[in-house]
Amino acid sequence: MRVMVFVKATEDSEKGLPPTEDMTAMFEAMGKFNEELVAAGVMVDGDGLKPSSAGKRIAFDGPSRAVIDGPFAETRELVAGYWVWEVKDMDEAVAWAKRCPNPMPGPSELEIRPFYEMADFGDAMTPELAEREQKLREKLGGE
Amino acid sequence: MSAAMLASRTIFADKAGMAADETHRAIEAVFRIERARLIAGLARVVRDVDRAEELAQDALIVALAEWPVRGVPGNPGAWLMAAAKRRAIDGIRHDAMRTRKHAEIARELDGESDMSAEALEAALDDPLGDELLGLIFAACHPVISPEARAALTLRLVGGLTALEIARAFLSNEAAIAARITRAKKAIATAGVAFEVPRGAELAGRLGSVLEVVYLIFNEGYAATAGPSLVRPPLCAEAQRLGRILAGLMPEEPEVLGLLALMEIQASRLAARAGPDGRFVPLTEQKRARWDQLLIRRGLNLLARVEALGGADGPYALQAALAACHARARTAADTDWTQIAGLYDRLGQVMPSPVVELNRAVAHSMAFGPEAGLRLVDAIADAAALRNYAPLPAARGDFLLRAGRYAEAKAQFEAAAGLSANERERDFLLARAAVCAGSSGG
Repeated sequence: MRVMVFVKATEDSEKGLPPTEDMTAMFEAMGKFNEELVAAGVMVDGDGLKPSSAGKRIAFDGPSRAVIDGPFAETRELVAGYWVWEVKDMDEAVAWAKRCPNPMPGPSELEIRPFYEMADFGDAMTPELAEREQKLREKLGGE
Repeated sequence: MSAAMLASRTIFADKAGMAADETHRAIEAVFRIERARLIAGLARVVRDVDRAEELAQDALIVALAEWPVRGVPGNPGAWLMAAAKRRAIDGIRHDAMRTRKHAEIARELDGESDMSAEALEAALDDPLGDELLGLIFAACHPVISPEARAALTLRLVGGLTALEIARAFLSNEAAIAARITRAKKAIATAGVAFEVPRGAELAGRLGSVLEVVYLIFNEGYAATAGPSLVRPPLCAEAQRLGRILAGLMPEEPEVLGLLALMEIQASRLAARAGPDGRFVPLTEQKRARWDQLLIRRGLNLLARVEALGGADGPYALQAALAACHARARTAADTDWTQIAGLYDRLGQVMPSPVVELNRAVAHSMAFGPEAGLRLVDAIADAAALRNYAPLPAARGDFLLRAGRYAEAKAQFEAAAGLSANERERDFLLARAAVCAGSSGG
Protein backbone atom coordinates (compact mmCIF):
# COMPACT_ATOMS: atom_id res chain seq x y z
CA MET A 1 0.00 0.00 0.00
CA ARG A 2 1.03 3.55 -0.60
CA VAL A 3 1.01 6.05 2.25
CA MET A 4 1.79 9.73 2.51
CA VAL A 5 3.68 10.74 5.61
CA PHE A 6 3.28 14.38 6.56
CA VAL A 7 5.86 16.20 8.63
CA LYS A 8 3.72 18.67 10.53
CA ALA A 9 4.92 22.23 10.84
CA THR A 10 6.08 23.82 14.08
CA GLU A 11 6.68 27.43 15.04
CA ASP A 12 10.36 26.88 14.25
CA SER A 13 9.72 25.43 10.80
CA GLU A 14 7.29 28.26 10.09
CA LYS A 15 10.02 30.79 10.90
CA GLY A 16 12.28 29.14 8.30
CA LEU A 17 15.20 29.30 10.72
CA PRO A 18 18.74 29.60 9.40
CA PRO A 19 20.70 26.33 9.88
CA THR A 20 22.13 25.87 13.36
CA GLU A 21 24.46 23.15 14.64
CA ASP A 22 21.48 21.17 15.95
CA MET A 23 19.88 21.31 12.57
CA THR A 24 23.02 20.10 10.82
CA ALA A 25 23.02 17.06 13.11
CA MET A 26 19.31 16.53 12.40
CA PHE A 27 19.89 16.78 8.63
CA GLU A 28 22.63 14.18 8.93
CA ALA A 29 20.40 11.81 10.88
CA MET A 30 17.58 12.44 8.42
CA GLY A 31 19.90 11.70 5.51
CA LYS A 32 20.80 8.38 7.09
CA PHE A 33 17.13 7.58 7.68
CA ASN A 34 16.32 8.40 4.06
CA GLU A 35 19.12 6.11 2.90
CA GLU A 36 17.61 3.32 4.99
CA LEU A 37 14.21 3.93 3.40
CA VAL A 38 15.75 3.74 -0.07
CA ALA A 39 17.73 0.57 0.72
CA ALA A 40 14.55 -1.10 1.99
CA GLY A 41 12.65 -0.19 -1.17
CA VAL A 42 10.15 1.82 0.88
CA MET A 43 10.89 5.34 -0.35
CA VAL A 44 8.91 6.48 -3.37
CA ASP A 45 9.07 10.23 -3.01
CA GLY A 46 9.62 12.96 -0.50
CA ASP A 47 10.56 16.59 -0.06
CA GLY A 48 10.51 19.56 2.25
CA LEU A 49 8.20 22.54 1.91
CA LYS A 50 8.94 26.20 2.50
CA PRO A 51 7.11 27.95 5.39
CA SER A 52 3.52 28.92 4.75
CA SER A 53 4.63 32.57 4.36
CA ALA A 54 5.65 31.48 0.84
CA GLY A 55 2.28 29.80 0.25
CA LYS A 56 -1.13 30.84 -0.98
CA ARG A 57 -4.64 29.53 -0.42
CA ILE A 58 -7.52 29.59 -2.83
CA ALA A 59 -10.87 29.71 -1.04
CA PHE A 60 -13.93 28.44 -2.91
CA ASP A 61 -17.48 29.51 -2.25
CA GLY A 62 -19.88 28.71 -5.05
CA PRO A 63 -18.53 30.47 -8.12
CA SER A 64 -16.20 32.80 -6.21
CA ARG A 65 -12.47 32.21 -5.72
CA ALA A 66 -10.55 34.23 -3.17
CA VAL A 67 -6.76 34.11 -3.00
CA ILE A 68 -5.32 34.31 0.52
CA ASP A 69 -1.62 34.97 1.03
CA GLY A 70 0.38 33.11 3.67
CA PRO A 71 1.55 32.85 6.39
CA PHE A 72 -1.34 30.90 7.89
CA ALA A 73 -2.15 30.93 11.57
CA GLU A 74 -2.98 27.38 12.61
CA THR A 75 0.63 26.11 12.67
CA ARG A 76 -0.24 22.63 13.92
CA GLU A 77 -2.37 21.98 10.85
CA LEU A 78 0.34 23.00 8.41
CA VAL A 79 2.71 20.70 6.60
CA ALA A 80 6.48 21.21 6.48
CA GLY A 81 7.38 18.19 4.37
CA TYR A 82 6.20 14.82 3.16
CA TRP A 83 7.20 11.37 2.04
CA VAL A 84 5.41 8.82 -0.12
CA TRP A 85 6.18 5.31 1.09
CA GLU A 86 5.25 1.93 -0.34
CA VAL A 87 4.71 -0.45 2.59
CA LYS A 88 2.90 -3.73 3.29
CA ASP A 89 0.50 -2.26 5.84
CA MET A 90 0.00 0.55 8.37
CA ASP A 91 1.95 -1.39 11.00
CA GLU A 92 5.03 -1.27 8.81
CA ALA A 93 4.50 2.43 8.11
CA VAL A 94 4.27 3.11 11.86
CA ALA A 95 7.41 1.04 12.51
CA TRP A 96 9.32 3.11 9.95
CA ALA A 97 7.91 6.40 11.22
CA LYS A 98 9.05 5.57 14.77
CA ARG A 99 12.61 5.22 13.43
CA CYS A 100 12.55 8.70 11.98
CA PRO A 101 14.76 11.17 13.83
CA ASN A 102 12.76 14.02 15.33
CA PRO A 103 12.53 16.34 12.33
CA MET A 104 12.22 19.47 14.47
CA PRO A 105 14.21 21.04 17.32
CA GLY A 106 11.23 20.79 19.70
CA PRO A 107 8.19 18.50 19.95
CA SER A 108 6.84 17.58 16.52
CA GLU A 109 4.51 15.19 14.78
CA LEU A 110 4.32 12.89 11.77
CA GLU A 111 0.97 11.93 10.29
CA ILE A 112 0.54 8.82 8.13
CA ARG A 113 -2.33 8.70 5.63
CA PRO A 114 -2.96 5.78 3.27
CA PHE A 115 -3.85 6.49 -0.36
CA TYR A 116 -7.17 5.26 -1.71
CA GLU A 117 -6.83 2.16 -3.82
CA MET A 118 -9.34 0.42 -6.08
CA ALA A 119 -9.29 -2.57 -3.71
CA ASP A 120 -10.67 -0.34 -0.92
CA PHE A 121 -13.99 -0.28 -2.71
CA GLY A 122 -14.14 -4.09 -2.78
CA ASP A 123 -17.42 -5.53 -3.99
CA ALA A 124 -19.08 -2.14 -3.60
CA MET A 125 -17.18 -1.12 -6.74
CA THR A 126 -19.30 -2.88 -9.35
CA PRO A 127 -18.31 -2.54 -13.01
CA GLU A 128 -21.27 -0.17 -13.48
CA LEU A 129 -20.13 2.04 -10.61
CA ALA A 130 -16.55 1.97 -11.83
CA GLU A 131 -17.71 3.03 -15.28
CA ARG A 132 -19.82 5.82 -13.82
CA GLU A 133 -16.84 6.97 -11.79
CA GLN A 134 -14.67 6.96 -14.87
CA LYS A 135 -17.26 8.94 -16.84
CA LEU A 136 -17.38 11.41 -13.97
CA ARG A 137 -13.60 11.72 -14.03
CA GLU A 138 -13.77 12.43 -17.77
CA LYS A 139 -16.49 15.03 -17.25
CA LEU A 140 -14.37 16.67 -14.58
CA GLY A 141 -11.77 17.22 -17.24
CA GLY A 142 -9.63 14.19 -16.58
CA GLU A 143 -8.40 14.12 -20.15
CA MET B 1 -21.26 -8.73 41.11
CA SER B 2 -23.40 -6.26 39.23
CA ALA B 3 -23.91 -6.41 35.52
CA ALA B 4 -22.22 -3.04 35.16
CA MET B 5 -19.14 -4.26 37.01
CA LEU B 6 -19.06 -7.36 34.88
CA ALA B 7 -19.34 -5.25 31.78
CA SER B 8 -16.59 -2.88 32.84
CA ARG B 9 -14.34 -5.79 33.70
CA THR B 10 -14.97 -7.30 30.26
CA ILE B 11 -14.15 -3.99 28.62
CA PHE B 12 -10.97 -3.75 30.67
CA ALA B 13 -9.97 -7.28 29.68
CA ASP B 14 -10.67 -6.47 26.03
CA LYS B 15 -8.60 -3.32 26.27
CA ALA B 16 -5.69 -5.20 27.81
CA GLY B 17 -6.03 -7.86 25.12
CA MET B 18 -6.13 -5.22 22.42
CA ALA B 19 -3.06 -3.48 23.83
CA ALA B 20 -1.15 -6.78 23.91
CA ASP B 21 -2.31 -7.51 20.38
CA GLU B 22 -1.18 -4.07 19.24
CA THR B 23 2.22 -4.53 20.88
CA HIS B 24 2.60 -7.88 19.15
CA ARG B 25 1.71 -6.37 15.79
CA ALA B 26 4.14 -3.51 16.32
CA ILE B 27 6.94 -5.95 17.17
CA GLU B 28 6.12 -8.10 14.17
CA ALA B 29 6.22 -5.02 11.93
CA VAL B 30 9.70 -4.16 13.24
CA PHE B 31 10.72 -7.77 12.69
CA ARG B 32 9.44 -7.74 9.10
CA ILE B 33 11.61 -4.73 8.35
CA GLU B 34 14.68 -6.53 9.71
CA ARG B 35 13.88 -10.07 8.63
CA ALA B 36 15.57 -10.21 5.22
CA ARG B 37 18.79 -8.60 6.46
CA LEU B 38 18.73 -10.90 9.50
CA ILE B 39 18.39 -14.02 7.37
CA ALA B 40 21.03 -12.71 4.97
CA GLY B 41 23.57 -12.12 7.73
CA LEU B 42 22.85 -15.46 9.37
CA ALA B 43 22.87 -17.45 6.10
CA ARG B 44 26.28 -16.11 5.28
CA VAL B 45 27.80 -17.65 8.41
CA VAL B 46 25.71 -20.75 9.07
CA ARG B 47 25.64 -21.43 5.28
CA ASP B 48 22.14 -22.85 5.49
CA VAL B 49 19.05 -20.83 4.54
CA ASP B 50 16.69 -23.05 6.51
CA ARG B 51 18.75 -22.70 9.67
CA ALA B 52 19.03 -18.95 9.10
CA GLU B 53 15.25 -18.66 8.77
CA GLU B 54 14.79 -20.69 11.97
CA LEU B 55 17.27 -18.56 13.90
CA ALA B 56 15.57 -15.37 12.73
CA GLN B 57 12.22 -16.78 13.83
CA ASP B 58 13.73 -17.71 17.23
CA ALA B 59 14.92 -14.13 17.62
CA LEU B 60 11.36 -12.91 16.98
CA ILE B 61 10.07 -15.19 19.73
CA VAL B 62 12.62 -13.76 22.17
CA ALA B 63 11.64 -10.23 21.11
CA LEU B 64 7.94 -10.96 21.61
CA ALA B 65 8.75 -12.06 25.17
CA GLU B 66 11.14 -9.25 26.08
CA TRP B 67 10.13 -6.10 24.19
CA PRO B 68 6.67 -5.72 25.77
CA VAL B 69 8.43 -5.57 29.14
CA ARG B 70 11.61 -3.64 28.32
CA GLY B 71 10.43 -1.67 25.30
CA VAL B 72 11.64 -1.81 21.70
CA PRO B 73 15.43 -1.35 21.67
CA GLY B 74 16.98 1.65 19.94
CA ASN B 75 18.58 -0.49 17.26
CA PRO B 76 16.16 -3.38 16.83
CA GLY B 77 18.12 -4.89 13.93
CA ALA B 78 21.29 -5.26 16.00
CA TRP B 79 19.28 -6.57 18.96
CA LEU B 80 17.57 -9.25 16.86
CA MET B 81 20.90 -10.22 15.30
CA ALA B 82 22.45 -10.58 18.76
CA ALA B 83 19.54 -12.75 19.91
CA ALA B 84 19.80 -14.97 16.81
CA LYS B 85 23.55 -15.15 17.30
CA ARG B 86 23.16 -16.41 20.87
CA ARG B 87 20.82 -19.10 19.59
CA ALA B 88 23.26 -20.08 16.85
CA ILE B 89 26.16 -20.32 19.28
CA ASP B 90 24.08 -22.27 21.82
CA GLY B 91 23.13 -24.62 19.01
CA ILE B 92 26.71 -25.14 17.96
CA ARG B 93 27.87 -25.69 21.57
CA HIS B 94 25.03 -28.15 22.05
CA ASP B 95 25.91 -30.04 18.89
CA ALA B 96 29.58 -29.96 19.81
CA MET B 97 28.90 -31.48 23.24
CA ARG B 98 26.86 -34.21 21.70
CA THR B 99 29.15 -35.04 18.84
CA ARG B 100 32.53 -34.01 20.19
CA LYS B 101 33.92 -37.41 19.40
CA HIS B 102 32.58 -37.30 15.85
CA ALA B 103 33.74 -33.75 15.34
CA GLU B 104 37.25 -34.59 16.46
CA ILE B 105 37.42 -37.52 14.09
CA ALA B 106 35.99 -35.40 11.26
CA ARG B 107 38.49 -32.63 11.96
CA GLU B 108 41.38 -35.04 11.84
CA LEU B 109 40.09 -36.46 8.59
CA ASP B 110 39.41 -33.11 6.95
CA GLY B 111 42.51 -31.45 8.28
CA GLU B 112 40.52 -28.28 8.85
CA SER B 113 38.67 -27.07 11.85
CA ASP B 114 34.93 -26.83 12.05
CA MET B 115 33.51 -23.39 12.59
CA SER B 116 33.87 -22.77 16.30
CA ALA B 117 31.52 -20.67 18.34
CA GLU B 118 34.21 -17.97 18.52
CA ALA B 119 34.73 -17.89 14.77
CA LEU B 120 30.98 -17.70 14.27
CA GLU B 121 30.76 -14.80 16.68
CA ALA B 122 33.51 -12.95 14.85
CA ALA B 123 31.87 -13.58 11.48
CA LEU B 124 28.53 -12.29 12.76
CA ASP B 125 30.13 -9.10 14.00
CA ASP B 126 31.69 -8.42 10.62
CA PRO B 127 29.73 -5.52 9.18
CA LEU B 128 30.03 -6.13 5.45
CA GLY B 129 26.81 -4.34 4.64
CA ASP B 130 26.07 -6.24 1.46
CA GLU B 131 24.54 -9.32 3.12
CA LEU B 132 21.11 -8.61 1.73
CA LEU B 133 22.47 -8.35 -1.79
CA GLY B 134 24.34 -11.63 -1.24
CA LEU B 135 21.09 -13.30 -0.20
CA ILE B 136 19.29 -12.00 -3.31
CA PHE B 137 22.08 -13.32 -5.53
CA ALA B 138 21.95 -16.73 -3.82
CA ALA B 139 18.16 -16.97 -4.08
CA CYS B 140 18.36 -16.06 -7.78
CA HIS B 141 21.21 -18.44 -8.57
CA PRO B 142 20.95 -19.98 -12.07
CA VAL B 143 21.13 -23.53 -10.62
CA ILE B 144 17.46 -23.01 -9.70
CA SER B 145 14.63 -22.72 -12.24
CA PRO B 146 13.33 -19.16 -12.77
CA GLU B 147 9.94 -20.01 -11.16
CA ALA B 148 11.64 -21.49 -8.09
CA ARG B 149 13.98 -18.49 -7.93
CA ALA B 150 10.94 -16.20 -7.91
CA ALA B 151 9.26 -18.18 -5.11
CA LEU B 152 12.43 -18.31 -3.00
CA THR B 153 13.14 -14.61 -3.47
CA LEU B 154 9.60 -13.65 -2.49
CA ARG B 155 9.91 -15.89 0.58
CA LEU B 156 13.36 -14.80 1.79
CA VAL B 157 13.55 -11.19 0.65
CA GLY B 158 9.88 -10.22 0.30
CA GLY B 159 8.91 -12.05 3.49
CA LEU B 160 5.81 -13.59 1.85
CA THR B 161 4.49 -16.89 3.18
CA ALA B 162 4.12 -19.93 0.91
CA LEU B 163 0.36 -19.34 1.00
CA GLU B 164 0.72 -15.71 -0.09
CA ILE B 165 3.07 -16.72 -2.92
CA ALA B 166 0.67 -19.49 -3.96
CA ARG B 167 -2.21 -16.99 -4.10
CA ALA B 168 -0.15 -14.59 -6.17
CA PHE B 169 0.85 -17.26 -8.69
CA LEU B 170 -2.55 -19.01 -8.59
CA SER B 171 -0.84 -22.17 -7.42
CA ASN B 172 -1.42 -24.16 -4.25
CA GLU B 173 0.46 -23.77 -1.00
CA ALA B 174 1.91 -27.30 -0.96
CA ALA B 175 3.31 -26.95 -4.47
CA ILE B 176 4.97 -23.62 -3.64
CA ALA B 177 6.33 -24.93 -0.32
CA ALA B 178 7.80 -27.93 -2.15
CA ARG B 179 9.28 -25.62 -4.78
CA ILE B 180 10.93 -23.48 -2.08
CA THR B 181 12.30 -26.57 -0.30
CA ARG B 182 13.78 -27.93 -3.55
CA ALA B 183 15.33 -24.54 -4.29
CA LYS B 184 16.96 -24.39 -0.85
CA LYS B 185 18.33 -27.90 -1.34
CA ALA B 186 19.70 -26.99 -4.76
CA ILE B 187 21.51 -24.01 -3.24
CA ALA B 188 22.97 -26.19 -0.49
CA THR B 189 23.99 -28.97 -2.90
CA ALA B 190 25.68 -26.53 -5.28
CA GLY B 191 27.47 -24.90 -2.36
CA VAL B 192 26.26 -21.46 -3.41
CA ALA B 193 27.95 -18.71 -1.38
CA PHE B 194 25.73 -16.00 0.10
CA GLU B 195 27.86 -13.33 -1.44
CA VAL B 196 27.77 -10.88 -4.29
CA PRO B 197 29.74 -12.39 -7.18
CA ARG B 198 32.67 -10.34 -8.40
CA GLY B 199 34.34 -9.63 -11.72
CA ALA B 200 33.26 -11.50 -14.82
CA GLU B 201 30.77 -13.66 -12.90
CA LEU B 202 28.77 -10.63 -11.79
CA ALA B 203 27.25 -9.79 -15.18
CA GLY B 204 25.78 -13.25 -15.75
CA ARG B 205 24.54 -13.63 -12.19
CA LEU B 206 23.03 -10.13 -12.22
CA GLY B 207 21.14 -11.08 -15.38
CA SER B 208 19.66 -14.00 -13.47
CA VAL B 209 18.56 -11.70 -10.62
CA LEU B 210 16.95 -9.16 -12.96
CA GLU B 211 15.18 -11.94 -14.87
CA VAL B 212 13.52 -13.08 -11.63
CA VAL B 213 12.40 -9.59 -10.65
CA TYR B 214 10.93 -8.97 -14.10
CA LEU B 215 9.25 -12.38 -14.09
CA ILE B 216 7.50 -11.49 -10.82
CA PHE B 217 6.51 -8.11 -12.24
CA ASN B 218 5.12 -9.56 -15.46
CA GLU B 219 3.13 -12.17 -13.60
CA GLY B 220 1.36 -9.25 -11.96
CA TYR B 221 1.23 -6.99 -15.00
CA ALA B 222 0.07 -9.46 -17.64
CA ALA B 223 -1.48 -12.18 -15.52
CA THR B 224 -1.06 -15.36 -17.55
CA ALA B 225 -4.09 -16.96 -15.92
CA GLY B 226 -6.96 -16.22 -13.59
CA PRO B 227 -9.97 -13.98 -13.59
CA SER B 228 -8.22 -10.62 -13.44
CA LEU B 229 -6.08 -9.06 -16.07
CA VAL B 230 -3.59 -7.56 -13.62
CA ARG B 231 -2.47 -8.43 -10.07
CA PRO B 232 -1.07 -5.17 -8.71
CA PRO B 233 0.29 -6.63 -5.40
CA LEU B 234 2.73 -8.79 -7.36
CA CYS B 235 3.85 -5.75 -9.35
CA ALA B 236 4.35 -3.84 -6.10
CA GLU B 237 6.47 -6.70 -4.73
CA ALA B 238 8.66 -6.68 -7.86
CA GLN B 239 8.96 -2.89 -7.75
CA ARG B 240 10.04 -3.10 -4.12
CA LEU B 241 12.70 -5.69 -5.03
CA GLY B 242 13.79 -3.46 -7.91
CA ARG B 243 14.00 -0.46 -5.59
CA ILE B 244 16.05 -2.45 -3.06
CA LEU B 245 18.44 -3.51 -5.82
CA ALA B 246 18.69 0.04 -7.15
CA GLY B 247 19.45 1.26 -3.62
CA LEU B 248 22.18 -1.36 -3.18
CA MET B 249 23.66 -1.17 -6.71
CA PRO B 250 23.13 2.46 -7.73
CA GLU B 251 25.87 2.31 -10.38
CA GLU B 252 24.51 -0.68 -12.33
CA PRO B 253 22.71 0.74 -15.39
CA GLU B 254 20.63 -2.39 -16.09
CA VAL B 255 19.39 -2.50 -12.45
CA LEU B 256 18.20 1.08 -12.86
CA GLY B 257 16.93 0.31 -16.38
CA LEU B 258 14.75 -2.54 -15.15
CA LEU B 259 13.39 -0.41 -12.31
CA ALA B 260 12.65 2.42 -14.76
CA LEU B 261 10.82 -0.04 -17.01
CA MET B 262 8.74 -1.41 -14.11
CA GLU B 263 7.89 2.03 -12.70
CA ILE B 264 6.69 3.31 -16.08
CA GLN B 265 4.74 0.16 -16.91
CA ALA B 266 3.18 0.12 -13.43
CA SER B 267 2.10 3.74 -13.93
CA ARG B 268 -0.51 2.36 -16.35
CA LEU B 269 -1.93 -0.37 -14.10
CA ALA B 270 -5.12 1.52 -13.28
CA ALA B 271 -5.71 2.45 -16.92
CA ARG B 272 -4.96 -0.98 -18.35
CA ALA B 273 -8.23 -2.67 -17.43
CA GLY B 274 -11.51 -1.09 -18.48
CA PRO B 275 -14.58 -0.80 -16.23
CA ASP B 276 -15.73 -4.24 -17.43
CA GLY B 277 -12.33 -5.78 -16.66
CA ARG B 278 -11.41 -5.86 -20.31
CA PHE B 279 -7.91 -5.09 -21.56
CA VAL B 280 -7.52 -1.52 -22.82
CA PRO B 281 -4.69 -1.12 -25.36
CA LEU B 282 -2.09 1.58 -24.77
CA THR B 283 -3.37 3.92 -27.46
CA GLU B 284 -6.90 3.88 -26.02
CA GLN B 285 -6.02 4.24 -22.34
CA LYS B 286 -7.21 7.26 -20.37
CA ARG B 287 -3.86 8.93 -19.85
CA ALA B 288 -5.22 11.02 -16.97
CA ARG B 289 -5.29 7.78 -15.00
CA TRP B 290 -1.57 7.13 -15.49
CA ASP B 291 0.37 7.50 -12.26
CA GLN B 292 2.52 10.57 -12.82
CA LEU B 293 4.61 9.92 -9.70
CA LEU B 294 5.77 6.56 -11.08
CA ILE B 295 6.34 8.07 -14.53
CA ARG B 296 8.54 10.76 -13.01
CA ARG B 297 10.50 8.12 -11.07
CA GLY B 298 10.94 6.10 -14.25
CA LEU B 299 12.11 9.08 -16.30
CA ASN B 300 14.58 10.14 -13.58
CA LEU B 301 15.99 6.62 -13.42
CA LEU B 302 16.33 6.55 -17.19
CA ALA B 303 18.25 9.83 -17.10
CA ARG B 304 20.65 8.25 -14.59
CA VAL B 305 21.05 5.18 -16.82
CA GLU B 306 21.98 7.45 -19.71
CA ALA B 307 24.43 9.39 -17.53
CA LEU B 308 26.06 6.07 -16.59
CA GLY B 309 26.43 5.23 -20.29
CA GLY B 310 24.01 2.31 -20.14
CA ALA B 311 21.36 3.50 -22.59
CA ASP B 312 21.91 0.51 -24.89
CA GLY B 313 21.16 -2.20 -22.31
CA PRO B 314 18.13 -4.38 -23.08
CA TYR B 315 16.19 -3.18 -20.01
CA ALA B 316 17.25 0.42 -20.55
CA LEU B 317 16.02 0.30 -24.16
CA GLN B 318 12.69 -1.23 -23.12
CA ALA B 319 12.39 1.47 -20.45
CA ALA B 320 13.16 4.12 -23.07
CA LEU B 321 10.37 2.69 -25.24
CA ALA B 322 7.95 2.79 -22.32
CA ALA B 323 9.11 6.37 -21.64
CA CYS B 324 8.22 7.46 -25.19
CA HIS B 325 4.60 6.53 -24.51
CA ALA B 326 4.71 8.04 -21.02
CA ARG B 327 5.90 11.38 -22.40
CA ALA B 328 3.13 11.61 -25.01
CA ARG B 329 0.17 13.63 -23.67
CA THR B 330 -2.17 11.97 -26.16
CA ALA B 331 -1.81 8.86 -28.32
CA ALA B 332 -1.52 11.14 -31.38
CA ASP B 333 1.50 12.88 -29.80
CA THR B 334 3.49 9.62 -29.73
CA ASP B 335 6.96 10.02 -31.25
CA TRP B 336 6.92 6.93 -33.49
CA THR B 337 10.16 7.87 -35.26
CA GLN B 338 12.01 7.71 -31.95
CA ILE B 339 10.25 4.45 -31.06
CA ALA B 340 11.25 2.93 -34.42
CA GLY B 341 14.88 3.94 -33.76
CA LEU B 342 14.81 2.38 -30.27
CA TYR B 343 13.40 -0.87 -31.70
CA ASP B 344 16.23 -0.88 -34.26
CA ARG B 345 18.73 -0.79 -31.37
CA LEU B 346 16.79 -3.31 -29.26
CA GLY B 347 16.72 -5.69 -32.24
CA GLN B 348 20.51 -5.57 -32.26
CA VAL B 349 21.17 -6.10 -28.53
CA MET B 350 18.29 -8.52 -27.96
CA PRO B 351 17.45 -10.15 -31.31
CA SER B 352 14.11 -11.95 -31.29
CA PRO B 353 11.26 -12.41 -33.80
CA VAL B 354 8.83 -10.78 -31.36
CA VAL B 355 11.05 -7.68 -31.12
CA GLU B 356 11.21 -7.65 -34.93
CA LEU B 357 7.43 -7.76 -35.14
CA ASN B 358 7.13 -4.83 -32.74
CA ARG B 359 9.80 -3.08 -34.75
CA ALA B 360 7.70 -3.56 -37.91
CA VAL B 361 4.67 -2.04 -36.15
CA ALA B 362 6.75 0.94 -34.99
CA HIS B 363 8.14 1.49 -38.49
CA SER B 364 4.64 1.31 -39.98
CA MET B 365 3.49 4.00 -37.54
CA ALA B 366 6.54 6.18 -38.24
CA PHE B 367 7.07 5.70 -41.97
CA GLY B 368 3.83 4.22 -43.33
CA PRO B 369 2.32 0.76 -43.84
CA GLU B 370 4.70 -0.18 -46.68
CA ALA B 371 7.70 0.10 -44.32
CA GLY B 372 5.92 -2.20 -41.88
CA LEU B 373 5.13 -4.72 -44.60
CA ARG B 374 8.75 -4.88 -45.74
CA LEU B 375 9.96 -5.68 -42.21
CA VAL B 376 7.19 -8.14 -41.43
CA ASP B 377 7.82 -10.05 -44.69
CA ALA B 378 11.42 -10.57 -43.59
CA ILE B 379 10.33 -12.47 -40.46
CA ALA B 380 7.28 -14.24 -41.92
CA ASP B 381 9.02 -17.63 -41.82
CA ALA B 382 10.42 -17.40 -38.27
CA ALA B 383 9.57 -20.59 -36.40
CA ALA B 384 8.82 -18.67 -33.20
CA LEU B 385 6.06 -16.75 -34.98
CA ARG B 386 4.32 -19.74 -36.53
CA ASN B 387 0.72 -19.78 -35.27
CA TYR B 388 1.38 -16.44 -33.56
CA ALA B 389 -1.83 -14.42 -34.05
CA PRO B 390 -0.21 -10.97 -33.66
CA LEU B 391 1.83 -11.56 -36.85
CA PRO B 392 -1.10 -11.84 -39.32
CA ALA B 393 -2.99 -9.25 -37.24
CA ALA B 394 -0.15 -6.74 -37.74
CA ARG B 395 0.16 -7.58 -41.42
CA GLY B 396 -3.62 -7.21 -41.81
CA ASP B 397 -3.39 -3.77 -40.20
CA PHE B 398 -0.60 -2.68 -42.59
CA LEU B 399 -2.51 -3.98 -45.63
CA LEU B 400 -5.72 -2.28 -44.50
CA ARG B 401 -3.92 1.03 -44.08
CA ALA B 402 -2.33 0.52 -47.52
CA GLY B 403 -5.80 0.09 -49.04
CA ARG B 404 -5.26 -3.58 -49.97
CA TYR B 405 -8.57 -4.68 -48.46
CA ALA B 406 -8.95 -8.22 -49.82
CA GLU B 407 -5.47 -9.23 -48.63
CA ALA B 408 -6.05 -7.52 -45.29
CA LYS B 409 -9.32 -9.41 -44.81
CA ALA B 410 -7.56 -12.76 -45.35
CA GLN B 411 -4.86 -11.82 -42.77
CA PHE B 412 -7.41 -10.78 -40.12
CA GLU B 413 -9.31 -14.02 -40.65
CA ALA B 414 -6.09 -16.02 -40.34
CA ALA B 415 -5.25 -14.15 -37.12
CA ALA B 416 -8.75 -14.81 -35.73
CA GLY B 417 -8.27 -18.51 -36.46
CA LEU B 418 -5.05 -18.52 -34.42
CA SER B 419 -6.32 -16.55 -31.44
CA ALA B 420 -7.31 -18.48 -28.32
CA ASN B 421 -8.89 -15.43 -26.73
CA GLU B 422 -12.56 -14.90 -27.49
CA ARG B 423 -12.56 -11.12 -27.14
CA GLU B 424 -9.48 -10.84 -29.32
CA ARG B 425 -11.11 -13.11 -31.93
CA ASP B 426 -14.24 -10.93 -32.03
CA PHE B 427 -12.05 -7.87 -32.48
CA LEU B 428 -10.14 -9.45 -35.40
CA LEU B 429 -13.29 -10.66 -37.14
CA ALA B 430 -14.76 -7.18 -36.80
CA ARG B 431 -11.69 -5.80 -38.53
CA ALA B 432 -12.06 -8.41 -41.29
CA ALA B 433 -15.65 -7.21 -41.74
CA VAL B 434 -14.42 -3.61 -42.10
CA CYS B 435 -12.13 -4.78 -44.93
CA ALA B 436 -15.02 -6.54 -46.63
CA GLY B 437 -17.10 -3.36 -46.40
CA SER B 438 -14.31 -1.14 -47.73
CA SER B 439 -13.56 -3.33 -50.74
CA GLY B 440 -17.24 -3.27 -51.58
CA GLY B 441 -17.55 -7.05 -51.42
